[in-house]
Amino acid sequence: MEITLRGLATMIHGMGFGALYLMACSGALVELYRRYGPQSPAPATERDERFLRIYLIAMAAMAWLAVLTGAYLIYPWYRAVPPAGTTNLAAFPQRLLLASSTTSGWHSVGMEWKEHVAWFAPISITMAAGVAVQYGRNLKQHPGLRAAVLGFVWISLLSAGIAGFFGAMINKRAPVAGGANLHFMQGEQR
Amino acid sequence: MTETQSSASGPEWARGNGAGAAAVLAAGLGSFLIAVFALLADKSADIKGIMVFYKPTGPLSGVTTCAIVVWLFAWLVLHMRWKSRNLNLSRVNVIAFLLLGLGLLLTFPPLADLF
Repeated sequence: MEITLRGLATMIHGMGFGALYLMACSGALVELYRRYGPQSPAPATERDERFLRIYLIAMAAMAWLAVLTGAYLIYPWYRAVPPAGTTNLAAFPQRLLLASSTTSGWHSVGMEWKEHVAWFAPISITMAAGVAVQYGRNLKQHPGLRAAVLGFVWISLLSAGIAGFFGAMINKRAPVAGGANLHFMQGEQR
Repeated sequence: MTETQSSASGPEWARGNGAGAAAVLAAGLGSFLIAVFALLADKSADIKGIMVFYKPTGPLSGVTTCAIVVWLFAWLVLHMRWKSRNLNLSRVNVIAFLLLGLGLLLTFPPLADLF
């Protein structure tokens, strides 16, 4: 069982940070609806307040890690320019996609959208974390503010979802691979 | 262990909504600016060149860095101005979500290509 270094980095970016962030969004939404809604039965406690703060700060860290690894580690491998005369474009995903009219849309629409819209997630969730840090339990006394935070968390879920969907589909058609081969396990030979 | 169930926590100014409004409006602005800078870099070769802060990443490095710097600066300025105030949050929310929605639409390439 082996994977290339670039493949592993892409997996950490997408599955480690991106997918985990998407899952964490549902937790943040549930917590904001359940504990901080006007109809929530019990007042939010100090423990709830601390939980929400730590949870949103961790989500913000994850979102920033996802976009920064994406933009500064994976994307340069994706958009690498092949030397003149290269016929095998397997190591140049962007060029591989653009080489065919049946796949070029994955770059011209998918990647072009993903590379920008993904940044809405860390901006939105950093705002949500900032508000949680500043207001804590007082958020319940500001329904307009709570609604805005909820809206931005929904948008961060949407933008991370768009980025994740296109990332997965693009990597399926033109995988980012290369670098050293990392061996994890020896399989059975038949 | 008993948990405090008081509804008041945090600094005194957190009882007003100004600090939160600053965060919300700045986040809407930051998202919108990602789209605006991306559009400008896409339409002008000069701006595209200026936006290359890190060559392997290309103009995306400048587009996102500029938007983040302006967003954080706007957040800081709005926070300093509004932190002790109680604002009409509905208006702030409408503007913030309008900016966010426009940003979302303008980053979608088929729509961005109309400009």
